[in-house]
Amino acid sequence: MDITNYVVLAAVLFAIGATTVLLRRNAIVVFMGVELMLNATNLAFVTFARLHGDLTGQVLAFFVMVVAAAEVVVGLAIIVTIFRTRRSASVDDVNLLKG
Amino acid sequence: MFEAPEIDWLALAPLIVVLGAGVVGVLVEAFVPARARRMTQIVLTLAALAGGFAFIAVLWPQIVVQPVQVVGGSVTLTPFALGAQGIIAVLAFLGVLVVADRTATGQDAFAPTASAVPGTSYEDLARRSGLEQTEIYPLLLFAAGGMMLFASTDDLIVMFIALEVLSLPLYVLCATARRRRLLSQEAAAKYFLLGAFASALFIFGVALIYGFAGSVRFFGDPSRPGVGVLPAIQSGAAQGEGMSVLLVAGVLLVVVGLLFKVGAVPFHAWTPDVYTGAPTPITGFMAACTKVAAVAALVQVLYRVAIGVQTVDPEIMRQLQMVIVVVAVLTMAVGTIVGSVQTDVKRLLAYSSIAHAGFLLVGVAGFNSQVQASTLFYLLAYGIATIGAFGVVTLVRERRVTPGSGEHNGPVGDDGVVLGEATEIAQWAGLGRKAPWLTAAFALFLLSMAGIPLTAGFIAKFGAFTGAASGGLWWLAVLGVLASVVAVAFYLRLLVVMVFQRAQDDPAEPLVKLAETTPGAAPGEAEVSTSGDVSTGATAGAGATATLTTVQVTTAQRIEVTVVRSRGPAAVAIAVCAVATVILGVFPSPVLALVEQASKFVP
Repeated sequence: MDITNYVVLAAVLFAIGATTVLLRRNAIVVFMGVELMLNATNLAFVTFARLHGDLTGQVLAFFVMVVAAAEVVVGLAIIVTIFRTRRSASVDDVNLLKG
Repeated sequence: MFEAPEIDWLALAPLIVVLGAGVVGVLVEAFVPARARRMTQIVLTLAALAGGFAFIAVLWPQIVVQPVQVVGGSVTLTPFALGAQGIIAVLAFLGVLVVADRTATGQDAFAPTASAVPGTSYEDLARRSGLEQTEIYPLLLFAAGGMMLFASTDDLIVMFIALEVLSLPLYVLCATARRRRLLSQEAAAKYFLLGAFASALFIFGVALIYGFAGSVRFFGDPSRPGVGVLPAIQSGAAQGEGMSVLLVAGVLLVVVGLLFKVGAVPFHAWTPDVYTGAPTPITGFMAACTKVAAVAALVQVLYRVAIGVQTVDPEIMRQLQMVIVVVAVLTMAVGTIVGSVQTDVKRLLAYSSIAHAGFLLVGVAGFNSQVQASTLFYLLAYGIATIGAFGVVTLVRERRVTPGSGEHNGPVGDDGVVLGEATEIAQWAGLGRKAPWLTAAFALFLLSMAGIPLTAGFIAKFGAFTGAASGGLWWLAVLGVLASVVAVAFYLRLLVVMVFQRAQDDPAEPLVKLAETTPGAAPGEAEVSTSGDVSTGATAGAGATATLTTVQVTTAQRIEVTVVRSRGPAAVAIAVCAVATVILGVFPSPVLALVEQASKFVP
């Protein structure tokens, strides 16, 4: 199988993630979209590492995973705080700031 | 076999001092008794930023002569990067001074426990027992350290990590406001979701660039010659392949990620909301320092790409330039036009910050070597005015006055309870009489942002527009000047309200506003009633009657605008910012000479 297919798969996953972020209303689901984008990036890194025959890309994927984990910690904390206050995690309900 | 890399520790010292002090700050939280904790944190934070700046000053003469790549290019200290680090350290120092000020009310701008649900008894308990969230100081240090790293690397993955190191603490800090907590949490959520989206775009761009070049460093590792983005562009051109789709798409995604942090249109949507909702001292810190870091990183990425592309494919280069030009024009237009109809001071300053991103991009779009110097000067001038202006906003407060009764007094004790900040522009009417010095300082910052001669802003704008003009973009410079004129109008509108309008001593109108305010006002209400309880609690007994009186009193209360006294740090920060704004405007030459030396970012 041609290895460039993995790059295409990564791009498709990334696009699905981006669409999720832009279209879905629940903050948790939006956040899952971001995670999907980051994991698509990991797939791209690993595939390119294979294509180039060097290990840098695989190491970079680990960095991305660590950053994604850190992002989950902060992001879920913020979303849960909002949920505890308003009993809703919909991004349409956070509408006090506008103009 | 692995060889231990040789590390130039001195070149890393500014970063190590700031980030190391952040780690020590976390330990302070665990080991220092609560009484001494806040003071310890403030001293540690200020000392770390001053220490970082001292190391930058020590490194400066050496780096100006010979830029260094540390750890194979992970940290690339060019004069430009070091200059940006220095500016970030100075601005962060001033920003922390504003954060540290409790004002005469004895309360800082942060919630006693940010995790407590607003309006619950737990929150009341935390407030009454005087808890404090001193973790903000280590968070500020981590953010400042991340910004310094963000501005000084050649390696895109290090840039990504620095982006997160600076963003994650800021997301948390946004959610910690003492008052209007729902707005604060909402701001944090918006900032986080959009920020995470932008950093995902950034990292996918990095992946594509890696796919093109097999490396994520522009100049590459000195120990592995021929590996790097620029060498890959050259060799690709030598083989007649032209520009790769991977490279173009990758660079575009990376630039979008950076433009988001800069706050440029169409990636600006978060800016007004986050600047309004975040605690004001944090808004000042983030508006000034993040802008410096993001613009410095953007300039370095764009110019490094330009070095590679210019010779190989001038057509692509022209298109890249057009992208920046279009973004700059849109950013100036949205910043100034939407800014001129705002009714909230913090929101107005947020749109002003968007407009400034546009002016900065005008300079950057010129793509010539003088621009780096003028960009650094612009960032310094803008940052100083911004921190000063938000510092002033923290001191202009609402006060709940209860006519004819001295016993419902709050923290200040003279004639009312000081509430949150009065951010409606209409409330600022007559401020010139109440606090002439503060108004004068604020006026100075506004004039500097507007770019009036004899202030730092004028020299800065002159530099940015000259940069665009000498890059052949005369019409863009002219557009920039036009946008500045529109911006002057909205700064002057605020000035006129402050200086020439009389304060509206109309008791009925603000009460209506209070009643209308959405749940965000609830914590403020709760706070007032607690302090009321404290005083009535002494008389003990008649619980039901006491509640009844409180209710009656509430209807008779009115909201006034007052200026609280600073306990020192914020006043010092505002004074320093004001003096610096004038000095940079009248005698800019020493600083201009310094930034002139910094106009080099090739290691």
